[in-house]
Amino acid sequence: MRRFAQLFRDLDRTTRTSEKTAHLVRYFGEAAPADAAWALYLLTGRKLKRLIKTRALREWAAETAGVPLWLLERSYEAVGDLGETLAWILPPPESAVDQSLAAVIEQRIQPLAEASPAQQARIVREAWRVFGEYERLVFHKLIAGEFRVGVAQTLVVRALAEAVGVPAPTMAHRLAGDWQPTAEMYERLVAGDAAADDPARPYPFFLAYALEEPCRTLGEPHEWQAEWKWDGIRGQALRRGETTALWSRGEELVTERFPELQPVLDALPSGTVLDGEILAWRDDRPLPFAALQKRIGRKTVTPRILKEAPTAFQSYDVLEYEGIDQRERPLVERRALLEQIVAQVAQPRLRLSPIVPFGSWDELEQQYARARAEQVEGLMLKQRDAPYGVGRRRGPWWKWKAEPYSIDAVLLYAQSGHGKRAGLYTDYTFGVWDMRRLVPVAKAYSGLTDEEIREVDAFIRAHTLDKFGPVREVEPRLVFELHFEGIQVSSRHKAGIAVRFPRMHRWRRDKPPAEADSLETLVSLAGLHREQLHPRISRQAMLFDLGGDLDDGPTGTAADSLDQEAEAPRS
Amino acid sequence: MPLVETTERGLYCRAGDFYVDPWSPVDRALITHSHSDHLRWGSKRYLTAAPNVPVLRARVGPVDVEGLPYGESQTVGGVQVSFHPAGHVLGSAQVRIERGGEVCVVSGDYKTQPDPTCASFEAVRCHHFITEATFALPIYRWPRTADVMQDFDTWWQANAAEGRTSVVCAYALGKAQRVLAELAAEHGPILVHGALQRILPLYEAAGVRLPTTAHASALSVRAAGGKALVIAPPSVLGSAWLRKFGPVSTALCSGWMRVRGTRRRRGVDRGFILSDHADWPGLCESVAATGAEEVWVTHGYTEPFARYLSEERRLNAVPIETRFTGETADEAATEAEDATDVVPAEVAAGEVP
Repeated sequence: MRRFAQLFRDLDRTTRTSEKTAHLVRYFGEAAPADAAWALYLLTGRKLKRLIKTRALREWAAETAGVPLWLLERSYEAVGDLGETLAWILPPPESAVDQSLAAVIEQRIQPLAEASPAQQARIVREAWRVFGEYERLVFHKLIAGEFRVGVAQTLVVRALAEAVGVPAPTMAHRLAGDWQPTAEMYERLVAGDAAADDPARPYPFFLAYALEEPCRTLGEPHEWQAEWKWDGIRGQALRRGETTALWSRGEELVTERFPELQPVLDALPSGTVLDGEILAWRDDRPLPFAALQKRIGRKTVTPRILKEAPTAFQSYDVLEYEGIDQRERPLVERRALLEQIVAQVAQPRLRLSPIVPFGSWDELEQQYARARAEQVEGLMLKQRDAPYGVGRRRGPWWKWKAEPYSIDAVLLYAQSGHGKRAGLYTDYTFGVWDMRRLVPVAKAYSGLTDEEIREVDAFIRAHTLDKFGPVREVEPRLVFELHFEGIQVSSRHKAGIAVRFPRMHRWRRDKPPAEADSLETLVSLAGLHREQLHPRISRQAMLFDLGGDLDDGPTGTAADSLDQEAEAPRS
Repeated sequence: MPLVETTERGLYCRAGDFYVDPWSPVDRALITHSHSDHLRWGSKRYLTAAPNVPVLRARVGPVDVEGLPYGESQTVGGVQVSFHPAGHVLGSAQVRIERGGEVCVVSGDYKTQPDPTCASFEAVRCHHFITEATFALPIYRWPRTADVMQDFDTWWQANAAEGRTSVVCAYALGKAQRVLAELAAEHGPILVHGALQRILPLYEAAGVRLPTTAHASALSVRAAGGKALVIAPPSVLGSAWLRKFGPVSTALCSGWMRVRGTRRRRGVDRGFILSDHADWPGLCESVAATGAEEVWVTHGYTEPFARYLSEERRLNAVPIETRFTGETADEAATEAEDATDVVPAEVAAGEVP
């Protein structure tokens, strides 16, 4: 555990990719297989379940440290990270015990799941008695199900590949999908032989960067293929022999969540893997992402939800055919093969993502302008002669996202941030005019420069009207231009609507609050009518869950919505 | 009538007719130490601890200043005053004020960890203690200096091996000299920013032993081929001055580096937890050691510390206003910016491009 805590510390305190790689390579070179397996599991973003209520953890820590609970909470506000707050607040360990990472997880952490509250308290206190600061920090994050490190998954895979001498693409493929962190698994992983490969194993997804330059900088239009960028869940549909699987981009097996797609999987010729998008699809058109959102959280699929939000697999690539890896072939060949497979399978729920035609960049720009009307997120541009890559890479694929919606809104409430932003007021709630009142419509916390954040923070401290716990109500004087991706009717929000992925585009120092936008404007942007906002009428209410976990203290829902953006299994 | 009261200009002792660390010019100012949030220019007469006199002059120029050796008392107006080591920086002191057996102590800034560059903190028994609270949250518990400096040594050594200049940012007055004095080993030349260079002779004159240093310039840094340790005030971070040095690894030495988010926010490669202030145990123990029942809390986490002392230690504790109060993030910025502010303007002007 000490070695893993040291790795965590090393990774945490450098921003240099080369240093991070070196730390990882060294770790995998030294670690015992069981530890390396767990480390890999955690570093590639797989999480343990939350095993303990953070409320209880705070109370035990306050008691052990001999400080009142309010003072621990006050410290948490300053640190912005509960696991860290507790690690620093606890008294130094009484005696040092260095147990391996696997032993800590298997003997101290996993038993918490079955333990009574009193047993849990005993286990945690015993860990505190022997763990040093950084071991505690890692321990807290693990038992709270919140372990996260600032390393890209591809970097971890590359470092591991380098440490054990297996080619990186092979390693990425072996790590895809579902696996249990055991010494045996790790030994198989680093072995030369791939015979034991799991038949349900997916391929690593190829991901695109956002296009920031004009499309014409990409060269000749005929070298590129354009498709709509679908607003669904990126997925892989797979059949090998009797094995069928539907994988989401988070490399989660979602086959059972979409029973209506099982016939599609069954109809695939054996040895086929398709890449595409799971979309809520009805009456020959995509439904908004919110409809699909309802399907994500549920394990059981009711007939009603199947009727309301049925799905289809919108395929756009073929990765394996007749049991042979197709990824090295150019897109133009894979596309031809895909069209042939889709025609042959002939299932209504297996669709082919159409190619968006264009002869010149001007024509493509006209297509792009239609994106919102087509209910898609924008365009995907793929180089016709490029192979299918691994992970996110610049060059062969680009996503060209549709212009965001934009409104001017007034800062109403503020809450202090987390992590890097601890102690600064960085999480804001914004309102727009409704009659003569300002109603809150969005929470946002990204988009300002550090300097602007400091300035807004100073304004908030000097113009606080009221305090509610960690939240400050401020004089409604600052106006910001907000960007967001969608608007949905919501019975859970005061204004009757919820916006998706809101962020601050710029500070409108030139605008007085009176000139901020109105709810009416927002409603018309969404193509809705005022009456639709009444919660009772909105049976169709498409909620985008902005709600955070209250147990997590002064998190602010904005932070959670960012996490959703970062981690939701979407393309 | 209490011995001291809070006024528009800061803490005032009516019976002695003087201010302690006033915020604006007054007739008679008693000064705890020479950081810019305690020492302001323009008062008619200054009284301070003897070791602080040269430092004070370097800061505000040729003023009327009298120095009193630590522990010696003098009558000022109707009260007895004396200065006692605060362990904060060279010359720093707590001010003890006595009238007819009633004792009030103004701590100024203080730390309880040992520091080879200044006299160690001494708890002074009193009835009324005015304490700072910069790091008055229980998360602030300083690691052993030797461990921090070991970590520092590893960092410098690794940088030197890779030909990357180590740039450490620290307060020009106090912290920088402490880093120098505590270095475990040397892995190349030690080069200092001009703002610090002007302060080093004050330490030499006070008999503090420090390693040999030279002026940091593009030429001297590059000549060291990435092996140099450069010490500079935090204001150089992101400046053109730093960009002339080629590849660097940057570090900050500060108590604020305890919190990982603060280090990330400052955008430095390393944060070393090294503070001029008392940590939570240091503050709690010091307050207890004074035996004071009346405690005023100033600078930093005043409100939680006063509440803790009232509710948990059953003391009569209240937060008091200072012009320089702020919460963590602001304070972190202040600590950084302060470093250049401490130095006479003409010195800084000549050095920072």
